[in-house]
Amino acid sequence: MTTLIALPALGAVLTALVPTGRGTLAKQVALGAALVTLIVGALISVHFLFDVDLGVEAETYEWIPEFGASWALDVNGISVALIALTVLATPIVALAMWREAEDEKRDPKAFFALLLAVEALTLTAFLSRDLLLFYIVFEAMLIPLYFMIGMYGGPQRRYAAVKFLLYNLVGGLLMLAAVIGLYVQSVDAGAASFFIPDLVALDIDAGAQRWLFLGFMIAFAIKAPLWPFHTWLPDAAAEATPSNAAFLSGVVDKVGTYGMIALVLPLFPDASREFAPAIVVLAVVSIVYGALLAIGQTDMKRLIGYTSISHFGFIVLGIFALTGEAAAGSTLYMVNHGLSTIALFVVVGFMISRRGSRQVGDYGGVQKPAPKLAGVFLFAGLSGLALPPLSTFLSEFLVISGTFLRYRPAAVVATVGIVLAALYILWLYQRTMTGPVRPAVEGMADLRTRETVVVAPLIALILLVGFFPKPLVDVIDDAVEPTLVEVDIDQPEPLAPVAEPVEEGTGR
Amino acid sequence: MNAPTLEYVELAPLITVFGAAVVGVLIEAFAPRRVRHPVQVGLALVALVAALVQIILLAGTELIGAVGAVAVDGPALFLQGTILVLAIISVGFFAERRLEGGGDAFAPAASTLPGSEDERVLVRQGALQTEVYPLALFAVGGMMLFPAANDLLMLFVALEVMSLPLYLLCGMARRRRLLSQEAALKYFLLGAFSSAIFLFGMAFVYGYAGTLRFGEISEALTANVGQDGILLTGVGLMAVGLLFKVGAVPFHSWTPDVYQGAPTPITGFMAACTKLAAFGAMIRLFYVAFGGLRTDWQPMLWAVAIATMLVGAVVALTQTDIKRMLAYSSIAHAGFVLTALVAADSSGTAAILFYLATYGIATLGAFAVVTLVRDAGGEATHLAKWAGLGKRSPVLAATFALFLLAFAGIPLTSGFVGKLSVFTAALDGGAAPLVIVGVIASAVAAFFYVRVIVLMFFSDPVPDGPSVAVPSLWTTVGITLGAAATLLLGIVPGPLLDLAQQASIFVR
Repeated sequence: MTTLIALPALGAVLTALVPTGRGTLAKQVALGAALVTLIVGALISVHFLFDVDLGVEAETYEWIPEFGASWALDVNGISVALIALTVLATPIVALAMWREAEDEKRDPKAFFALLLAVEALTLTAFLSRDLLLFYIVFEAMLIPLYFMIGMYGGPQRRYAAVKFLLYNLVGGLLMLAAVIGLYVQSVDAGAASFFIPDLVALDIDAGAQRWLFLGFMIAFAIKAPLWPFHTWLPDAAAEATPSNAAFLSGVVDKVGTYGMIALVLPLFPDASREFAPAIVVLAVVSIVYGALLAIGQTDMKRLIGYTSISHFGFIVLGIFALTGEAAAGSTLYMVNHGLSTIALFVVVGFMISRRGSRQVGDYGGVQKPAPKLAGVFLFAGLSGLALPPLSTFLSEFLVISGTFLRYRPAAVVATVGIVLAALYILWLYQRTMTGPVRPAVEGMADLRTRETVVVAPLIALILLVGFFPKPLVDVIDDAVEPTLVEVDIDQPEPLAPVAEPVEEGTGR
Repeated sequence: MNAPTLEYVELAPLITVFGAAVVGVLIEAFAPRRVRHPVQVGLALVALVAALVQIILLAGTELIGAVGAVAVDGPALFLQGTILVLAIISVGFFAERRLEGGGDAFAPAASTLPGSEDERVLVRQGALQTEVYPLALFAVGGMMLFPAANDLLMLFVALEVMSLPLYLLCGMARRRRLLSQEAALKYFLLGAFSSAIFLFGMAFVYGYAGTLRFGEISEALTANVGQDGILLTGVGLMAVGLLFKVGAVPFHSWTPDVYQGAPTPITGFMAACTKLAAFGAMIRLFYVAFGGLRTDWQPMLWAVAIATMLVGAVVALTQTDIKRMLAYSSIAHAGFVLTALVAADSSGTAAILFYLATYGIATLGAFAVVTLVRDAGGEATHLAKWAGLGKRSPVLAATFALFLLAFAGIPLTSGFVGKLSVFTAALDGGAAPLVIVGVIASAVAAFFYVRVIVLMFFSDPVPDGPSVAVPSLWTTVGITLGAAATLLLGIVPGPLLDLAQQASIFVR
């Protein structure tokens, strides 16, 4: 597992060492490193998804003995899904960025080196079983991302980058206070440790739990982003390059939702139960608010940014519904949202690179000159609105039906989000792709080979996970189960056995 | 009357440094002008390195020497060693002669009238100022003695030996001499004032305890009952003197002016080493002598710590001069250290020692970078002139950014581990509100550090902006070492933390 982290880190250093001016070489080095990482990541995923023993084992090395912090890595069902997403997304983003970096008349080297650095940090976050290690990478990844947004992107990129950094830094510092608070609890209990299972075993009194919960939760809610902590995301999504925006909201922000399900629930079970209704309300607000604002956007990237807020609302809703079904659905949703958002951003990026504008109004009738492009766009959009049998459908279904068991009104309102999603996606398609061909769009080139290579795996996976989700759902279920046992809440009687809708859902 | 016996071996580092300083004065008086510069630099370096070796050999010693006046123990040796390392690098920065066209950062003769004929003659001759080196050696000796002083009289002597040379050094800038002289005068007047208050406080404490030794004062605290008014007045007045030296609010007003006016190599040296020495003296005085009075001085230090963090961070926001900004940032950092001081036990001491060492390294490096960014008028310290530095000198700007990130406490830099350890110590000592304020102050502080990074990397360069001078090998090595240590201690802080932990026991 250390190899999985070391590869992109090494790749980042190598890419940075390529002499200035040799842009293509730097890109090739970076892509190579990302592909090798993909292979290792795929092996690890296969090990866990299909129960093939490839000798992947948890690793623990002493790191800062003075604090009881260790380099402890392990994989469970939740993290393996996200690791697979991360290793897959990085080469895709790198390839999609191939031309974008040069449009900025900047040396593309830095972007690719930073991309690999963020990949290494994100993977560490998903693998870490040590809270200090998790916190360090959670904070450290802000710096490369900040430069990626600030150096490459639209005219307002500096503003967006600073806003992104400050929002996340404030959240991170609050979390730091909570991390220290939790650590002090372990010191008081007699065994100073940052090892997450040790911390989970602690018995923390309700008052302290509340504060610690808030510290963690605000940080993750900013990262994820949950209404009302979301305002940095549309700016960052609009100003960053499309591929960078894809990576940011598709992969990196998952660290926030991962933190909620993998850290917050097991560490603070009492406080989680207590605050769950409030968080559910925020999540539902996010779903509807994000969708409504998405409808009103005229900037395509901003629009996708708002759809992400809506989708993150679904994920958070599923986590804090505290039912096995909803939590499994949320985890699956993280992967699926990653795939569909990356696809959307990347396709929009292709359109922007041709027309040079991100305004919806500047397009129209694109499907005539570029039918393949339009088709891929429609496909990505439909995946975004969770059309069966695409992968997102199953996860959205699980989240809503799981929530329905406990918070019936919330589930009902959340379904409004689905209707709105259909509205914003289809309307976007209609405005840009159909209708009379605008003069500026005439002669727009269709998908090139490189672009096809970028999009093809995404489409394949969206279909594959949609039709054959069983291995993924199984490992996720296994991992989610103990988390909810830790929260120790009565599971409501499912309306139907959990396994059945899964199987049926795939067939429809 | 018998002559007192001295522990020459254990006191050897101090004797070496003071001896070399005296020899330096003799060289100044008798050696011909030509040879003074190389001889003085060589002498200073040899003496400092020799003292450092002696310190390393003494590691683990615990005794009170010089008839009860000087303690040789873990905290003293740790701080003395760190001061020596920083001083060795500083002497290299003092001797830098490639930046001013053959001259160094100091006025050829500080006593000449600024702009007078005398001054111009000396500049034309290329005269060099070499009194800096013996003065710096005296200051280093005083700084080493200050945290080791174990009775009130020695504490006062050390304070003066440390301060007087610094007052002089501040007034010696080659450029902007009036500003420099004003800084020196201001520092001297306020410093003399605070010394007097300190002395006054000592008199009260002596009047109460009837002894000057720390250990005996501590015993008197438990034995005597009543007369608390005298004692508390004494403690309060002594605290003023020490808080002045560390630059804590409300005794901080000298810091920005002096930091700005002093020659930049001196500013770096002073900012890094004075803080170490003064905090060292403060923890010894408050833990060893006044440890029994904890409940009385704790509320006072709480208030000072909160004010220091907030004022330092908030006022730094409005600064437009890089040296002034770093000055206010140093005030905020003094506040962070104070949070751990309040914790008042050995884990607090270890945290403070670690924090001071890492902060000292980063500060020295940051000010060294400031000396290199120059335009026709000398150093370009106005922030606006730093715009776009990242485009013209990416390596230098990245190094400076690293130091700023360390000040901001971003993970993977030494600043993060330092902040983590002081906040942990404070929370462990039950000072949760202090940690909350610390976190808020960190978030505010992050904003102005980030602003400089934005300016360097994302802004377009100003047309007649400063250029980056090419320094001599020594400065390059010094900055590189500082940057490497800052990064390394952020990733593998274990050994230094361990050392600080072992060195955290006071001999009583």
